[in-house]
Amino acid sequence: MRITCPLCGDRDRREFYYMGHETYLNRPAADAPLPEWDAYLHLRDNPAGDTQELWQHEAGCGAWVVVTRNTVTHEVKGSELAETYPREART
Amino acid sequence: MRYSAWQILKQGLTGNTGWQPHWRSPEPKAEYDVVVIGGGGHGLSTAYYLAKEYGITNVAVLEKGYIGGGNVGRNTTIVRANYGIDGNSEFYSHSLKLWEDMEQELNYNTMMSQRGIINLFHSDGQRDAFAKRGNMMISQGDDAIMLGRDEIREMLPYISYDNPRFPVYGGLYHPRGGTARHDAVAWGFARGADQRGVDIIQQCEVTGIDIENGVVRGVQTSRGPIRAKKVAIVVAGRSSQVAAMAGMRLPIESHVLQAFVTEGLKPCVDHVISFGMGHFYLSQSDKGGLVFGGDIDFYASYASRGNLHMAEHVMEAGMALMPMIGRAKVLRSWGGIMDMTPDGSPFIDRTQTEGLFINCGWCYGGFKAVPGSGKCFAHLMATGDHHPAASKLRLDRLARGHVIDEEATGSQHNLH
Ligand SMILES: Cc1cc2nc3c(=O)[nH]c(=O)nc-3n(C[C@H](O)[C@H](O)[C@H](O)COP(=O)(O)OP(=O)(O)OC[C@H]3O[C@@H](n4cnc5c(N)ncnc54)[C@H](O)[C@@H]3O)c2cc1C
Ligand SMILES: [Zn+2]
Repeated sequence: MRITCPLCGDRDRREFYYMGHETYLNRPAADAPLPEWDAYLHLRDNPAGDTQELWQHEAGCGAWVVVTRNTVTHEVKGSELAETYPREART
Repeated sequence: MRYSAWQILKQGLTGNTGWQPHWRSPEPKAEYDVVVIGGGGHGLSTAYYLAKEYGITNVAVLEKGYIGGGNVGRNTTIVRANYGIDGNSEFYSHSLKLWEDMEQELNYNTMMSQRGIINLFHSDGQRDAFAKRGNMMISQGDDAIMLGRDEIREMLPYISYDNPRFPVYGGLYHPRGGTARHDAVAWGFARGADQRGVDIIQQCEVTGIDIENGVVRGVQTSRGPIRAKKVAIVVAGRSSQVAAMAGMRLPIESHVLQAFVTEGLKPCVDHVISFGMGHFYLSQSDKGGLVFGGDIDFYASYASRGNLHMAEHVMEAGMALMPMIGRAKVLRSWGGIMDMTPDGSPFIDRTQTEGLFINCGWCYGGFKAVPGSGKCFAHLMATGDHHPAASKLRLDRLARGHVIDEEATGSQHNLH
């Protein structure tokens, strides 16, 4: 599997660290109700198909990258920098 | 038919024409008292214990593929009770005791072999951690022996002792651990359940769960609707998808774990050995193949095959541990999809829907759980109470902060 780093280009998967679903980008406020923290830390949609997930180009430029990938075929469909990835609006 | 030495003799003398199929292939009925979704080890043992211990025999096990086609036929068959945290300790201890009686219980040769497991350690810090684990195992009533380097050398003369990164300091020996024949476990429970009246229905995929006013009414399947008073979700690896049919979102991310087997060799490895590089572990099957594996591939996956980076890593670990493995040809590798949970521990619980129960989250350790999980899940469904050996394996434990995190790696699904 190869992943495209928005800064470095097409690279071997072994250069990347996988953290999990992009849910991790939507960190609740420190005083958010506990169910929100439970959802953020634990609960996942876990789709069989396309998903967005958080990877880090650990052995490259170090950037955090949101990768669109298919969990059934492992096809990598796109990537963008986590820094500019739209966060879910939270009230 | 009861299996015995006498049957083997009789069948042998009569041309082996009298053997019968292990279970029937009935058409699904319109209604059951209990529908079990998933015919893996856990679903089959659940049905078996419902019928045997609780007299609930109007039960169907619905399997979308064939019996033994899921993880129960893909795992590396290691059975052990070497956990250290409340919740897991009592559960796996209970399960190991059921393994020890399984062949008599099922009248089936599951080839349970308590050949002993040796977890190698490679530093003083790790020795302390293993001593602590061994004490926890002993205080649970199970067995653990700390072995030094020289004692290990007598048992495992063929491994490399002076690897610069992973020198062998010693090992934690768990004599009652071992391996079993995985398919036979599925077949034995299927046969035992069938003999007690359970319908095992293969090629029957559940596509929906019918719920009215918060009460489960039955399931939709590829072979038509089936009504049920109680429904059990036991679909390892597919738990999130089936639970979503009931509107649930689970604390699970699915990952692929690979395993490898070499050509058959003369007996050379007597134990199950685990090594500190990654999760590498190895045993020798009764057919002679060296069966080994390592970590999950680390990213979410529903493909029942793994990727090369992990194959490479596992081979490197094998070569580092026992260079002689390099002489053996790898025959096959395969993968299975597992429910990874944020604390690495499973769930056996009821759901918010009345009559709907779930058993999931076994990560890569659910084979050893097969009898214990079925027994505890059947107990919950039949009596409404949690079995004492599984009372902590609750769905809401994460939200309550009562995690059962053996490896203390925190709430990231792929780190367990
Ligand atoms: C490579 C590998 C090595 C492993 N090694 C070990 C080990 O050494 N020791 C250990 O303890 N554990 C091990 N495990 C883990 C263990 O195999 C699993 O935790 C355990 O088998 C899961 O439970 P099961 O047997 O019920 O799963 P499965 O056999 O996967 O059963 C689930 C069943 O549900 C069916 N299903 C799914 N969706 C539906 C649907 N919609 N309708 C109907 N049926 C459905 C599937 O077809 C499947 O047959 C390993 C796993 C793998 C992949
Ligand atoms: Zn980069």
